[in-house]
Amino acid sequence: MTRIDVRKTYKLAIGGAFPRSESGRSYEVTDASGGFLANAAHASRKDARDAVVAARKAFPGWSARTAYNRGQVVYRVAEVLEGRRAQLAEEVQRAEGATRRVSEGLVDAAVDRLVWYAGWADKLAQVVGGTNPVAAPYFDFSVPEPTGVVGVLAPQESSLLGLVSVVAPAVVTGNTVVVAASVRRPLPAVTFAEVLATSDVPGGVVNVLTGLLTDTAPTLASHLDVNALDLTGALGDPDGATALEADAAENLKRVRRPAQDDWATDPGLDRMTWLLETKTVWHPIGT
Amino acid sequence: MPLAASTPHDLAEVAASDAALRRFLHGLPGVDQVGAEARAAMLGTRSIKTSSKAFALDLAVRMVDLTTLEGQDTAGKVRALASKAMRPDPTDPACPPVAAVCVYPDLVTVAKETVRGSGVQVASVATAFPSGRASLEVKLADVRAAVASGADEVDMVIDRGAFLTGRYLQVFEEIEAVLAACSREDGSRAHLKVILETGELQTYDSVRRASWLAMLAGGDFIKTSTGKVSPAATLPVALVMLEAVRDFREATGRMVGVKPAGGIRTAKDAIKHLVVVNEVAGPDWLDPAWFRFGASSLLNDLLMQRTKQRTGRYSGPDYVTLD
Repeated sequence: MTRIDVRKTYKLAIGGAFPRSESGRSYEVTDASGGFLANAAHASRKDARDAVVAARKAFPGWSARTAYNRGQVVYRVAEVLEGRRAQLAEEVQRAEGATRRVSEGLVDAAVDRLVWYAGWADKLAQVVGGTNPVAAPYFDFSVPEPTGVVGVLAPQESSLLGLVSVVAPAVVTGNTVVVAASVRRPLPAVTFAEVLATSDVPGGVVNVLTGLLTDTAPTLASHLDVNALDLTGALGDPDGATALEADAAENLKRVRRPAQDDWATDPGLDRMTWLLETKTVWHPIGT
Repeated sequence: MPLAASTPHDLAEVAASDAALRRFLHGLPGVDQVGAEARAAMLGTRSIKTSSKAFALDLAVRMVDLTTLEGQDTAGKVRALASKAMRPDPTDPACPPVAAVCVYPDLVTVAKETVRGSGVQVASVATAFPSGRASLEVKLADVRAAVASGADEVDMVIDRGAFLTGRYLQVFEEIEAVLAACSREDGSRAHLKVILETGELQTYDSVRRASWLAMLAGGDFIKTSTGKVSPAATLPVALVMLEAVRDFREATGRMVGVKPAGGIRTAKDAIKHLVVVNEVAGPDWLDPAWFRFGASSLLNDLLMQRTKQRTGRYSGPDYVTLD
């Protein structure tokens, strides 16, 4: 007996829920050789706005968690991702046109990256913070704090490893994220959002938008309630990136310019530290 | 619709006795619950964009009764709120002031000092707000104190216990007594808003009856709720009350205002209410003199939406006051 195909509907991930685009729009996603894969939601400006509202709402709770707890949560994401290795390997394979072995390697690398960042959660403050020697009767120390809501344009080519590599450092430091997934390869991002939803990440900490960047990116760049903007995904479009940077200047967002990243190598601390604000406390002592 | 048998002349007689009042209120046609909710939901889907939205946002700002009714209120907080009422958005001179500030009676003097000369009214809740569980003398003293401190508007609560047990005449006479207590020495009178607390009235039929009762007793406004009971203002309740004021004007020629209060937090909710006002009661009510929003956090959302309209950028809570 033949079964009827149960095709997966790829939706957005906003505030812990998986809504369709408010606009009702969708677009066709094709595999590396141009064959039809699925329809994905085409997020509108309003979806981007809703995602920012959700991220802002999640920020106080997420940033107030202990660093240790955030590390545990990110480690849990790695566990759940490991459990869905086969599904993601297939999606990455079809999206990126790689061999099975290569795409499995990419999923493994993504899991490893999550574990790596999870380990950093409660160690970063010791590295980038600390006590400062001052010539006055004060105990003076600096602690890093998350900057807030971060808008991220995920890498266009690396659909899973690249995505994890830009989202994990923002989340593990206590920020909340609105990420616009790769335009042509959005499906692994939606599945990754399902992984997040079934691990212990609170709703709204990571919000995933799919669709063309023409609506979502300028909204994130100009939104006054977004504190930082990662333009990694605008690599192939220098003029567009410049325009987004100009929009982001209105409320002095932190902006990360697009650069050629090699996702296979050790990422270093940079992607965590650019999203931290240093708070320095002067505590009177003696006399 | 309802008053085939009622002329203004008959209405004068309905409060002659408890029995007559009950006969009249129970003679009002019942509310079609499913129909009312469906109509409210349908009107809530209207798309209000661009210039209509700009108009609606400004109108909604002008209709806000900026409210603080907490046990922890201080003179400082009321002064801050009153200043915000006069200039809701200091970055935009075109932003209109709100209609009123609404405070507890003991803070009326403070609010009045701050808003003097600005055209912003001061409303005071009274009559043992929010429960209304005190003797009539205490309630009337509460009202007189508020009016003597300079309140322009008084928000009273009805005795829901009496209403629900069917002692309509008692509620009626209480409203009349409060109305009398609203008089000032110079012969003028503070505006009276009657809070029905629809969250405790159980059915839409009761809401319709309470609305008529409050209007017959002489209330200038009928207000949905205290904001202390959930559910507070909902769209179908506002719709039923707007039908009541529309029918009341048809029957008597007197216009009564409506004030939904509590639970309206977003500009979108406010605009839905304005659509219902226009469609049910008519454009005459699209004026701060006849329709108000009792709210506090609503104003910030309206201001953020105004900023979006003006600049094209979505604003955030960092750019409005914390209150």
